[in-house]
Amino acid sequence: MGNMSSNPYVPFPSKIREIIRHTEKEYTFRMSFTGDVKPGQFFEVSVPRYGEAPISVSGIGEDFVDLTIRKVGRVTNEVFEKGEGRTLLLRGPYGNGFDTSLYEDGEVIVIAGGTGVSPVRGVIDALAGTSAPKDKHVIVGFRSPSDMLFRDDLKRWDEALDLILTVDGAPEGYEGRIGLVTKYIPEVEIKDVANAKAVVVGPPPMMRFSVKDLLAKGFREENIWISQERKMCCGLGKCGHCRIGETYVCLDGPVFNYSESKNMLD
Amino acid sequence: MGYVLSRDSFTRVLKKIGQSRRIYAPVNKVGEGRFTDVDVVRYDFVTEAPEIELDKKSDYAFKEILTPLSQTLFFFTEDEVKEADMDEREVIIFLRSCDLHAVKRLDAIYLENKFVDPFYKRIRDKVRFALIGCGRSYEDCFCVSMGTNRADGGYLFSVDMIGGKYYFDVKDDELAAIFASEAESEQAVEARYVTENEVKVTIPGNVPVSVYKDPLWEEYTVRCINCGRCNFVCPTCTCFTMQDIFYTDNGRVGERRRVGASCMVDGYTNVAGGGQYRRTNGERMRFKVLHKIHDFRKRFGFDMCVGCGRCDMVCPEYISYANIINKVNDAVEGGAVNG
Ligand code: SF4
Ligand code: SF4
Ligand code: FES
Repeated sequence: MGNMSSNPYVPFPSKIREIIRHTEKEYTFRMSFTGDVKPGQFFEVSVPRYGEAPISVSGIGEDFVDLTIRKVGRVTNEVFEKGEGRTLLLRGPYGNGFDTSLYEDGEVIVIAGGTGVSPVRGVIDALAGTSAPKDKHVIVGFRSPSDMLFRDDLKRWDEALDLILTVDGAPEGYEGRIGLVTKYIPEVEIKDVANAKAVVVGPPPMMRFSVKDLLAKGFREENIWISQERKMCCGLGKCGHCRIGETYVCLDGPVFNYSESKNMLD
Repeated sequence: MGYVLSRDSFTRVLKKIGQSRRIYAPVNKVGEGRFTDVDVVRYDFVTEAPEIELDKKSDYAFKEILTPLSQTLFFFTEDEVKEADMDEREVIIFLRSCDLHAVKRLDAIYLENKFVDPFYKRIRDKVRFALIGCGRSYEDCFCVSMGTNRADGGYLFSVDMIGGKYYFDVKDDELAAIFASEAESEQAVEARYVTENEVKVTIPGNVPVSVYKDPLWEEYTVRCINCGRCNFVCPTCTCFTMQDIFYTDNGRVGERRRVGASCMVDGYTNVAGGGQYRRTNGERMRFKVLHKIHDFRKRFGFDMCVGCGRCDMVCPEYISYANIINKVNDAVEGGAVNG
């Protein structure tokens, strides 16, 4: 029998401390964990018999991490069968994650769509806690009002910084904003666009169009960061599935500066 | 030290060195090829000299011992995870120069690239090599273009079969004593190697973004049937997918495996929820080929492909990967000329 703890493929058990239900298909599992971890990093969550799925960290505490999981496949369906007090097998964290200190000074815009909010939740929290939160702009988009995640956070962020919350579509009578996130990019007032920073996370087309609009607005490529989603079987630079050119998304990403990621061709 | 041995004395040497080691070598499997009545040369454990195929090139690479097609990583029980045991004996792998160079590629992925893979390392530490000399170049080989035609060290002994006799250049002192005790004669021996192949490729330098988008790839969307055979025979392909297997219906006891994966085959990039990248076979061909001759080099400093030509031998659609390399190089050079 080998030394278990030194084998990075062997998962460790972690207790489900709390389950926060956002929508029918999206829950946050608050998992016991102590150790260094950053927003935008990910864990491999396993359910024996069903396999593993990479899940990004959506919240970080002294002795826990939040994993916001969308029920879309074999593994995640099984995860949703587990209640508070049960355990999940985890390994990680993997990937580079966001360096929140990069965004604390000056003007920043964060654009996040759907489950793309999870990896930047910690970044937005950091922005909300800075001394000039009015220079921090956040556009969050969901498919519909019933798809909204992190409702309590959205309220908090709305008070702390400049939040634009929108939905792609809504039933009649909905009072909030409607439209894709890109519709609201022109509304954000940036004083010094040459030095402003942007973070964009969401489905690939949403990221593509948002970055295009930011560049048109005058943002510099090297001031834009994105997070890539890829198939990740190992998280260890071995299985190959996440590779794009010379880059391993699991090792070198998933967070990339746009000046690099624009040259990464699938 | 150079020794000349008869076939029987080589077998006696194998028996002696095989007492504490396993010997893994190319074997001609009669009638087990792709079509009935066609032979295939693949790796297996051997104990006697005649079993080792020293004349033909192996259709499959040696890599299965280091990166098995299906490998148990650990077992699950009700509330425990246990690592799988392994055979602790040393292994001697008989391979040609190109394949010995391929080991360096496997090492780069599995021993470097940020994390050490413990499953690879534990077997890699037990592996030693015996070099098979190349008296001639085989069909589809382009090792000379790739600079892998000659092995400079890294093996215990070399073997060349010439006129029914076996010629060994033994680098290891312990083994030299065993060979000496069986040798017909002692003389200077140098492993044979080729200095020219019929197939030649020119590896492009920096491949610009324009070549990623070049229409040259579209031909393979039509011709390639994305069967993945080219990946499975390649000594430097290393991709895998995780798979959980359960022994009982209640799912309480089972194992996690990793199984070989191919970047040409559907599903390689699929993410939960439906995302998929590189849908066409042309894009997949571009991904594979540029990894072998460009992207890997940018990360590790040397090319991944060793020019063994096995992918060309196995392709059911007669796609020539060597031709693709030359087309890419033409596109890169053409691009440079046209600005
Ligand atoms: S062996 Fe040939 S047909 Fe099969 S995936 Fe490779 S290139 Fe395509
Ligand atoms: S790409 Fe083809 S020629 Fe190159 S090492 Fe792999 S199988 Fe051999
Ligand atoms: S997830 Fe396996 S190499 Fe990146």
